[in-house]
Amino acid sequence: MEQVLLMGNEAIAMGAIRAGVAVVTGYPGTPSTEILETVARKNPGNIYVEWSVNEKSALEVAAGAAYAGLRTMVTMKQVGLNVASDPLMSLAYIGVEGGMVIVVADDPGPISSQTEQDTRHFASFAKLPVFDPSSPEEAYQMIGDAFAYSEEYKTPVLFRPTTRVCHGSASIVLEPAQAASSAGAFVKNPKWTIFPRLSYEKHLQIEARRPILEADFSSYPCNILTGSGKKGIATGGISYAYTCEAIQALKECRQRENDVQKNSSDIDYKLFKVSTPHPFPVRLALEFLSGLDEVLVIEELDPVIEKELIFLCGQYHLPVKVFGKLSGHTPQAGENSIEIARKAITKFLKKPNQDEDCRLNLSTLNAKHEDINNKEECIAEEDQQTVEVIQPEQPALPVRPSVLCAGCPHRASFYAVKKAMKGKKAVFSGDIGCYTLGNASPLEMVDTCLCMGAGITIAQGLHRAEPDTVNFAFIGDSTFFHTGIAGVINAVYNETDIVLIILDNSTTAMTGHQPHPGTGKTMMGNIAEKISIPAVLQALGVKQITTCNPLNLKQAVAAIQDAAAVRGVSAVIFEYPCIAIAKPGPQFTVDPGKCSGCKRCIKELGCPAITWKVDKAEIDSALCYGCSLCTQVCSFAAIGGEPV
Amino acid sequence: MNIILAGVGGQGIVLASKVIAQSAMQKGLKVRTAETIGMAQRGGCVVSHVRIGENIHAPLVALKTADLVLGFEPAEAVRALPFLKPQGTVIVSQKAIKPVTASLSAEGYEGKTMLDYLQNSVSRFYIVDSDAVCSVCGSPKVLNTALLGAAAGSGVLGFTLTDMETALESVLPAKLLDMNIQALRAGAQNIEEGNICV
Repeated sequence: MEQVLLMGNEAIAMGAIRAGVAVVTGYPGTPSTEILETVARKNPGNIYVEWSVNEKSALEVAAGAAYAGLRTMVTMKQVGLNVASDPLMSLAYIGVEGGMVIVVADDPGPISSQTEQDTRHFASFAKLPVFDPSSPEEAYQMIGDAFAYSEEYKTPVLFRPTTRVCHGSASIVLEPAQAASSAGAFVKNPKWTIFPRLSYEKHLQIEARRPILEADFSSYPCNILTGSGKKGIATGGISYAYTCEAIQALKECRQRENDVQKNSSDIDYKLFKVSTPHPFPVRLALEFLSGLDEVLVIEELDPVIEKELIFLCGQYHLPVKVFGKLSGHTPQAGENSIEIARKAITKFLKKPNQDEDCRLNLSTLNAKHEDINNKEECIAEEDQQTVEVIQPEQPALPVRPSVLCAGCPHRASFYAVKKAMKGKKAVFSGDIGCYTLGNASPLEMVDTCLCMGAGITIAQGLHRAEPDTVNFAFIGDSTFFHTGIAGVINAVYNETDIVLIILDNSTTAMTGHQPHPGTGKTMMGNIAEKISIPAVLQALGVKQITTCNPLNLKQAVAAIQDAAAVRGVSAVIFEYPCIAIAKPGPQFTVDPGKCSGCKRCIKELGCPAITWKVDKAEIDSALCYGCSLCTQVCSFAAIGGEPV
Repeated sequence: MNIILAGVGGQGIVLASKVIAQSAMQKGLKVRTAETIGMAQRGGCVVSHVRIGENIHAPLVALKTADLVLGFEPAEAVRALPFLKPQGTVIVSQKAIKPVTASLSAEGYEGKTMLDYLQNSVSRFYIVDSDAVCSVCGSPKVLNTALLGAAAGSGVLGFTLTDMETALESVLPAKLLDMNIQALRAGAQNIEEGNICV
């Protein structure tokens, strides 16, 4: 068979299709989004796929289908599971009929998230099995195993890839599809209705199941134990890949040394790969620990494997030292790398009689992942002896924070609010999406951001503390449907003075332009009834609702000023499509004869298309989308709309 | 072989790494890649890792092991230098992309400083006149393909231009193919014409 390049998320989707999944639901979130999109794109025709309004709804829809015996998959990112945790905890008690896999992508780093939370904890909290793939190809196989275990034990299972598995690609050979999921049929039974008495019985059953699963997972082929010796390395997920590379490099290094010194020094160690962190494969783990003096654990996010091993050492009185995050031998935050694994393993596997404290220099290892220079320090020590080349001094690198795109309508919305509130006491609560980037200089229009939908309610709390401040809440269209509506109800009901700014760009932009209830499209490709945001607000009792084009600065400022004067809840809906789904307008250019060099356009807007050249502003034709905001800001009429 | 593609969100780096991976797979080689997706795509630093060959486990390139750093922007090429192995190759677009922060602050940032630094610290170094190549092709959006052409032209990748044209055919929609093949060839020619600084 021919190999194809599949992103980890695509591999999970293809693996689920191969396993006969019949219903797939989810809410977009980096790094999980492409899983559901791939199922929709590769749908053989018999799979129902939906972007649900939020993760709780997604999990509940899938649960219903799984009650009726269908194989179902739910996709979300780690913080999405917080939203879905209510149905998750109860569903763990109720169980399922058809296989149900809840894919929750964790984001070590974090690269594009609010938290570095570890879904392996959620698995032990909810008492559910969890699968932790180490590569796209393993994910492709493992998702099928997850369906099989789910069906065998009649329980939903968690499947937790991390960013580098999700967004890493590998050449994979696809296998023929398995038998498709049978047609759904719901069989009525009191077991589907959660009740205190049933919960008690289910709790007992779940506890009784744990040791059975622990034994079953001890012979699961993806949990691997190899090698021999007095030292052991335990790892899982993508850290297994880094560990393999680190050991390979170490072996090559020792080989070179041996060629010079002619003495034998094979590396003896046991390697334990944990693919099911919960329930822990106890028998296999005891086999690993048996005869060991020391263990090094390489894992990302929280010390889950480390704690399990320490627990087993205590429970079975094993004289094994366990090193990892808790002992300060590996970094406590951020993502791992080959360098981090190599450094920790090199120190750990040092030959005897060199047993000084092998704890790492945490100040360098806890460094943020993007900071390559710091990462380099981690391996500088070993390289310093070999490399003695004098390099010219590196020039200072420009800082390159993420910014709103050139032409983004959110820039115009934020700028209008900023202008309208100039000199007034106002607080701007933001939310999750592209528009969180409104926090950047020079706009600086996001004073708070917590989690999906929280901006609207945080603004209400701020209002209670400072009633004379104008409290704004910015929220995007997709986030409004996700968890924003309940906050609006709360504000209207409790008679709170807030100004709601809906940044409606007709899509879920940050995650790659998914449809939502306001777009009039579904993931099955159907044209759906558009849910009108103004009509929803009106039904909720919002007193004043204005809809306006943010790219008309004068009108936008006036709309904000009107809304801010209203007692109670008022709303301004800024409607303009995201540049990625709208046609660019004619481009603008700076007339150097008229440009006074006041830099007003740059200082006020921070548009990436406008740069400074010697003493004039200049517009980059590769970036300008013709939004016209700069022409409305320029005091010298120096920016013209001559199409290029 | 390890390759790092470094630039700014929106430059088409993810697609470029796909084309390299596709070229390798056409020769029956195994590939792993890692890309930057998400918030950083909005004008932030974007790095793609491409690894080709046997016995490769991790999607990320280890520091000091990259055979090639393909810089889509001078400062981003400098930022990615810790990945380059001794005697490794750097190919970079000469066009600087100034971040908003640089336009706001007094210091600014000049691409020339970065190019000079690269020239003095890298043994095999090529500058691609991306403005010239893009204007020949009639679009600034083909920079990524032009750089791929330059990489193929330099001989570092071990793929011919024909290999990469076949890869483009399988990765790109048909309507964009002609312009990108033109860019690929123009990029390779740009290297041959002697923007080579050893």
